[in-house]
Amino acid sequence: MPDMILVALYIFVLAIFVGFEVITKVPPLLHTPLMSGSNAISGITIVGALISAGSGHDQLGKILGMIAVISAMINVVGGFMVTDRMLEMFKKDRNKK
Amino acid sequence: MITITGLSYLLAAILFIVGLKNLGSPKTARKGNAMAMLGMLIAIVVTLLDRNILDFIYIVIGLIVGSAIGAYVARTVEMTAMPQMVALFNGFGGLASTLVAYSEYIHHGQHITGPDISITLVLSLLIGTVTFFGSLIAFAKLQGLMRGAPIVFKGQTLVNGLILGIVIVLAVFFALDTTRIELLLIIIALSAILGVTSVIPIGGADMPVVIALLNSYSGLAAAATGFVLYNNILIIAGALVGASGIILTQIMCKAMNRSLTNVLFGAVGTDDSGAGQAVTGPKSNVPQYSAEDAAMIFDAAESVIIVPGYGLAVAQAQHVLYEFTQLLQEKGIEVRFAIHPVAGRMPGHMNVLLAEADVPYDLLLEMDEINEDFKNTDVALVIGANDVINPAARYKKNSPLYGMPILNVDQARTVMIVKRSLSPGFAGEDNELFYDQKTMMLFGDAKKMVSELIKEVKEL
Repeated sequence: MPDMILVALYIFVLAIFVGFEVITKVPPLLHTPLMSGSNAISGITIVGALISAGSGHDQLGKILGMIAVISAMINVVGGFMVTDRMLEMFKKDRNKK
Repeated sequence: MITITGLSYLLAAILFIVGLKNLGSPKTARKGNAMAMLGMLIAIVVTLLDRNILDFIYIVIGLIVGSAIGAYVARTVEMTAMPQMVALFNGFGGLASTLVAYSEYIHHGQHITGPDISITLVLSLLIGTVTFFGSLIAFAKLQGLMRGAPIVFKGQTLVNGLILGIVIVLAVFFALDTTRIELLLIIIALSAILGVTSVIPIGGADMPVVIALLNSYSGLAAAATGFVLYNNILIIAGALVGASGIILTQIMCKAMNRSLTNVLFGAVGTDDSGAGQAVTGPKSNVPQYSAEDAAMIFDAAESVIIVPGYGLAVAQAQHVLYEFTQLLQEKGIEVRFAIHPVAGRMPGHMNVLLAEADVPYDLLLEMDEINEDFKNTDVALVIGANDVINPAARYKKNSPLYGMPILNVDQARTVMIVKRSLSPGFAGEDNELFYDQKTMMLFGDAKKMVSELIKEVKEL
């Protein structure tokens, strides 16, 4: 068990560094879409929620799982859609040479 | 099958990272968002196929209800309301993480043995619950459901510290005997209180920082749940979002020259809505100018920099402002926008508000890009901004604004400020620029004033 958690910790720390590298380069112009987009990505808990809701163990677990699926899905669908809606509005100046 | 699932999760992780990378440029941003979306779809589908899912009813209900709510909100939300929407979504992310971690415990409660799982379980519940309740408070403040002013009571920081201390002690007890479910419930209740008490002392103007921070928490909550489930995709995606939120938090703090501690515990600021409604201050001691006077100056100008603030969006003046911009451009005047990092109510908010009004993004310049150009500019037109142009930030040591980077509006040849009154901004600091000789105060509602400017410039 401690081995597994150690590996998980490695992955976590390395992913944090990747995140810093990638996101530092995002210009302030796009910070709001970045936030709503990363918000949608944090809805990845949906994976865990699906497992809980579908496990078929006890009723309470399934209902909690379902609420989790709803919450995570709001995050995922809402986040990606609103990000796309915003990004669609960003246009370059046509008059500029 | 396990290998295929694992590889699919890896693919999803790659798509998240490359997607975020593509969000770094306006040209590729939409593609980046679509890639992240694809990553999420892969992760969901693979999970549904692989796991021994016995009961699809709850899943289907959950997927449909969640998607419907998410899609409805995403389609209908006003761009001005984006901060509270993001705050709310952050909260749901935290809630989902808490629920998943908790139901995982119900399923496998008896089998949890090592202290490592107990720690990650408690962390997941703590961060997720704090995120949920903190986000609800942030939402209520931004939506105007509760006052934006800081709510402080004596020993607040002490109370928060105490709650956190108790949670740690309870976590130790839980690690020693993992069958004690009541300890987990107490931890969740305490985390809920902590979420509320840690956000209520933060003022309305500091909300951008809080949203960014809660964004980070929602990612960390997902990562913590990933540790509980030993699921790498949760850990990676959570870490990416956690990092993103931290970076944005830092940027916002830097733009206000405040430390994170000061934002979280300083209880700075006045009522968010109050600043706009402030009684019309004494205007008599400054000369008032009309749109006609201003039009004459514009006619002779060659370069204009527009400094928009949140007041512009409140007055719904973005569209007329772009109409005015195009009018000036037709006259051969160079027009650009200077965007202060804290213009708006969340990082990058002002850019979205202007993009919605069709303002091309290459006219929107960051503070560092444009600040040197003010001294060679004929007119700086300030609309709905105040603290971010206050020269007191440069020298007045006892001012709450001191040290905050500002736009060098005062260096332009003529400064025009569209404002309803002389009332100070959120920081409560009077702005000397209002009384400067080269400043023309144009008193009135932003939308009305810009419309008048259009009319007057056309008539010239």
